[in-house]
Amino acid sequence: MERIEAFEVLEPGMLTTIQDSGRYGFSQFGVPPSGALDNFSFRVANLLAGNQEGEACLETTIMGLKLKALNEMVIAITGGDLSPTLNGEHLDMWRVHLLVEGDIIAFKRARSGCRAYLAVSGGFAVPKIMGSRSTNLSSRFGGLEGRALRRGDILKRFDCPSPLKRLGFRFPSDGIPLFEKEVVLRVTSGPQDHHFTEKGSQTFYSSSYQVTPQCDRMGVRLEGPKIARRSDVEESIISEGLISGAVQVPGNGKPIIILNELVTGGYTKIATVISTDLPKVAQLKPGDHVHFESISIKEAHRLLGEQEELLRSFKHFIEGR
Amino acid sequence: MGLYPKAIFRFMGDRGLLIEFGDEISHEVNEKVRRMALAIQAEAIEGILETVPTYRSLLIIYNPLILSIDHLKKRMQQIEEGLQQTPFPEPKLRRIPVVYGGSYGPDLDFVAEYHRISSEEVIRLHCSKPYFIYMIGFIPGFPYMGELPEALVTPRLKTPRLLVPVGSVAIAKSQTGIYPMESPGGWQIIGRTPIRLFDPEREPPALFQMGNLVQFFPISEEEFEIWSE
Repeated sequence: MERIEAFEVLEPGMLTTIQDSGRYGFSQFGVPPSGALDNFSFRVANLLAGNQEGEACLETTIMGLKLKALNEMVIAITGGDLSPTLNGEHLDMWRVHLLVEGDIIAFKRARSGCRAYLAVSGGFAVPKIMGSRSTNLSSRFGGLEGRALRRGDILKRFDCPSPLKRLGFRFPSDGIPLFEKEVVLRVTSGPQDHHFTEKGSQTFYSSSYQVTPQCDRMGVRLEGPKIARRSDVEESIISEGLISGAVQVPGNGKPIIILNELVTGGYTKIATVISTDLPKVAQLKPGDHVHFESISIKEAHRLLGEQEELLRSFKHFIEGR
Repeated sequence: MGLYPKAIFRFMGDRGLLIEFGDEISHEVNEKVRRMALAIQAEAIEGILETVPTYRSLLIIYNPLILSIDHLKKRMQQIEEGLQQTPFPEPKLRRIPVVYGGSYGPDLDFVAEYHRISSEEVIRLHCSKPYFIYMIGFIPGFPYMGELPEALVTPRLKTPRLLVPVGSVAIAKSQTGIYPMESPGGWQIIGRTPIRLFDPEREPPALFQMGNLVQFFPISEEEFEIWSE
């Protein structure tokens, strides 16, 4: 497929990387999935821009990204509200826009959430490494040369007919997630809930935990009441596989929510955030507060099915236009 | 207790099924993990996204919208029951060259002093037997191998290093490993290998797989330079 220039990076912002739906099938070699952290916003951005839902997008964090359009193209921005502007004017998120050569997109500050997704029609053109275009920052491969964007980078996209019929089209407002500063995260218990005392478990489910500045694509470290462990079990366990959403409790008793860049770990996990609520974890910022609420696996699967149905009907609707 | 008579299933959220085969690090338990992982891969079950084999468990990451948890558990039980019949590859042995000590292995002298033996004896012991790869993890391509000779069992560093050079050969407790890329790390570094363990563009990307064997042999700095080219 032909590649054409899409953007020049005027400012890279706090952290901007290229991410797609993730890298699967390589964990036996110690390779984590990476990929867009807020999978829901990411998929909607792609659908709006006329792509398959898993194409490579930009994931930008908190503030500062500034891009110059080098060609005409269709884009959409979703995720956390980082106050995007077009040539200095407010730009609607969750909506299809046409950019022309010379247009400037800038993200001013985080009004809500932490990460925004910018999809461009055709998708960002970087090589597939182990089946994915996602950036693995710690091992330095994938995405754009395995690194975050830098000033002066030229981003290319795959050429495709612009979906002009869709201009101005919006994602239904009742489907747009709200990213608040106080968040309830639904979890299913385990796999090592039996390592904690009843009181420890009560502490976990009844307390408010605050997001610390140690909050990145690896995980979100929380501050709050210490979760008591049973006295007859060890603090660490034999290393085992990890999944995003796993809530690890290390020796200090303060929980850490694991995200997309780890493949194994040796800490006990009291609970695991349900898939439907992972976008809320991706949008947490230092200072936000988190409560955990326990639900059953069956209920978690029902909620995931509901979310999938929302996306499916939107996809059906937009592809008909 | 060792190997459980029957695997224990634990949920890791709504997309993860953790299958635990035992409660210790042993060849017996690890072999069952590997047998199970190979049998599952061979079946190519629709809806399984990933299998993560580790010391004593296997994490299955699945899409619950394609594969129901009840069905997945049942299939896993069936596969476990039929495990003895599945063919099992012989372990491959790979010999890995290492420059020991000096700037390549800054903790070699500490390890020698800790055990009150000479550095030469540490090198001789480290090269004295093949090591079994229990799992690949922590960072891409990092092999967790064991067991070290009793006389080399050494605690981790009190304070982890912020940056361990690529190729560093290290020990911690009864295990030995190799850092496939620059990384923070808390193991005692005794040498370095010029062999490239991980290359994202290679197929497969990692040199090692769990279940294989590694034996180290000492080389000089000059040989290291030649190997590196």
